[in-house]
Amino acid sequence: MTDERLKQVSSLRRAMIRPELGAICGAILVFVFFLMIAGDSGMFAPEGIKNWTVVSAQFAIIAVGACLLMIAGEFDLSVGSMIGFSGVVIAILSVHMGWPVWAAIIAAFVVAMAIGALNGFLVIKTGLPSFIVTLAFLYILRGLTIWLSITTTRQTIIGGVKEAAKGDPLAFLFGGVIFKDLFQWFGEMGWVGTFTRGTRAGQPIVEGVPMLVVWAIVLVIFGHFVLTRTRFGNWIFASGGDAKAARYVGVPVDRVKILMFMFTAFCATVFATCQVMEFGSAAADRGLLKEFEAIICVVIGGALLTGGYGSVVGAALGALIFGVVQQGLFFAGAESSLFRVFLGTILILAVIMNTYIRRMITGER
Amino acid sequence: MSTPLIEMDNIEKHFGPVIALGGVSFDVYAGECHCLLGDNGAGKSTFIKTMSGVHKPTGGVIRVNGQDTVFNNPRDAMNAGIATVYQDLAMIPLMSVTRNFWMGREPRKGFGPFKWIDFKTANRITFEEMERMGINLREADQAVGTLSGGERQSVAIARAVHFGAKVLILDEPTSALGVRQTSNVLATIARVRKAGIGVVFITHNVRHAMAVGDRFTVLNRGQTHGTALRGEIKPEELQDLMAGGQELAELEGSLGGTI
Repeated sequence: MTDERLKQVSSLRRAMIRPELGAICGAILVFVFFLMIAGDSGMFAPEGIKNWTVVSAQFAIIAVGACLLMIAGEFDLSVGSMIGFSGVVIAILSVHMGWPVWAAIIAAFVVAMAIGALNGFLVIKTGLPSFIVTLAFLYILRGLTIWLSITTTRQTIIGGVKEAAKGDPLAFLFGGVIFKDLFQWFGEMGWVGTFTRGTRAGQPIVEGVPMLVVWAIVLVIFGHFVLTRTRFGNWIFASGGDAKAARYVGVPVDRVKILMFMFTAFCATVFATCQVMEFGSAAADRGLLKEFEAIICVVIGGALLTGGYGSVVGAALGALIFGVVQQGLFFAGAESSLFRVFLGTILILAVIMNTYIRRMITGER
Repeated sequence: MSTPLIEMDNIEKHFGPVIALGGVSFDVYAGECHCLLGDNGAGKSTFIKTMSGVHKPTGGVIRVNGQDTVFNNPRDAMNAGIATVYQDLAMIPLMSVTRNFWMGREPRKGFGPFKWIDFKTANRITFEEMERMGINLREADQAVGTLSGGERQSVAIARAVHFGAKVLILDEPTSALGVRQTSNVLATIARVRKAGIGVVFITHNVRHAMAVGDRFTVLNRGQTHGTALRGEIKPEELQDLMAGGQELAELEGSLGGTI
């Protein structure tokens, strides 16, 4: 017996109708657009690809954390301040206090995740919206960062990390470059341009894959697996979908939410550490507005702002769209202020499409 | 019948100066459907929340299989085999039927810390249990939001039964449903009862209660007005008991007995 009111659904349609569909279409659209207007600008040459890949990877790292947290039903507006804070902690401990860089990095992770846990704890215990609690931490952390930086070093930019990090095992994990031999070979084969003069003559212009990109890929795969395949992932959906119903069947909602706040802080610190290692310095104003950019990536990726629904792969695609648009307009020689116009437009289009798709999947009315 | 699965003996519950329950006695035997009837505000919600461990009674004794028991939280009650299906809290609509069905008890496979949900098994069992309840899913991973209200209730009931409920408390499962969905849920109740589970069916609809109930207890203003067996009482009498006597009788005259 089958219900005669259920329409036959083709397998193609079923494969198409998924939370990431909006982001997939958006990504295709964006690539086609930039192939047309900036195809001959070097944007799709190896150096250009590296350029927007790194930017997209940065967005992806914080988007994974923001995505899981949003699906669990909460926000974290302190991500950007956390990036600045973690970076300055690493720089002060390693350069100013003379700690080995690996110890400074570990300390930054511990402190950041403790603050993440505090965020979560306050949200759970007070019952206040996470919007308010983390908005407070946006200011508290930014202020602390500037104060720490000025009282210890009398400046807001702390350099000298590169020298301190030479040969440090953990520093390589965040600032290193892998597959150098492969790219050297690419250079010899002529697939990647090589330097023709100077001390690096003969070396490929793109020397390898930055660890930042590796982190982004690993975090996206990890987040996607945890969310869709594990028991904990089911609890993340449940906590955001209906915390009361989840509690009633024995899901430890408080623990899930606090862990997600800690994971968001972890992602922010990964971002901060990679950036500090790349620039060789930390600055108190790093990470401004990153919390909103992370949320935009996640929403473009099909997540529901109120929680209970979303996709890590979608968020990663959102990050890719974000990175390609930001760098693509630069390659196309467009006025950089147009970036925001473009971004806002994509945001609205993606959210309209995502809402429509979500209604089809979940039967919301 | 020997001992009831659960016996609520002279339960009182006070909220500050308000006496929500003033000595309510109620019991359920295996394989029966005991209906708890009452108008809005009669204390039905407070009573089932006490039975399912959400509230602690101010006075009175709860016995499970004849043993005095104290439920400190809903989990204690669940472990004692008492499952409650709330009208509005049954399911999370954004999630798939399988994810809802197994929530909190997901079957897993894998090694050590690397464990993942065994979706193949989970989907298969969900599909089978739903079929047993008379619901044909297109696929087990369709969202609960695509199901009707009656089907959602049935999924929640199937879940409770699958995980070993001995007593099933159904909080107004039919009050928001249409005619066909109601009959589906009532059929589900009949099926569950046949499997030897004690059903507590809370409702304010006498006809729904008469359709599946073995015994009927009416709650009014925090007190029970006695328990009647099936066949001993007419629907009109239950209706009057629920309303507390005259007012409805008068009204009924002007409405021509249509309520």
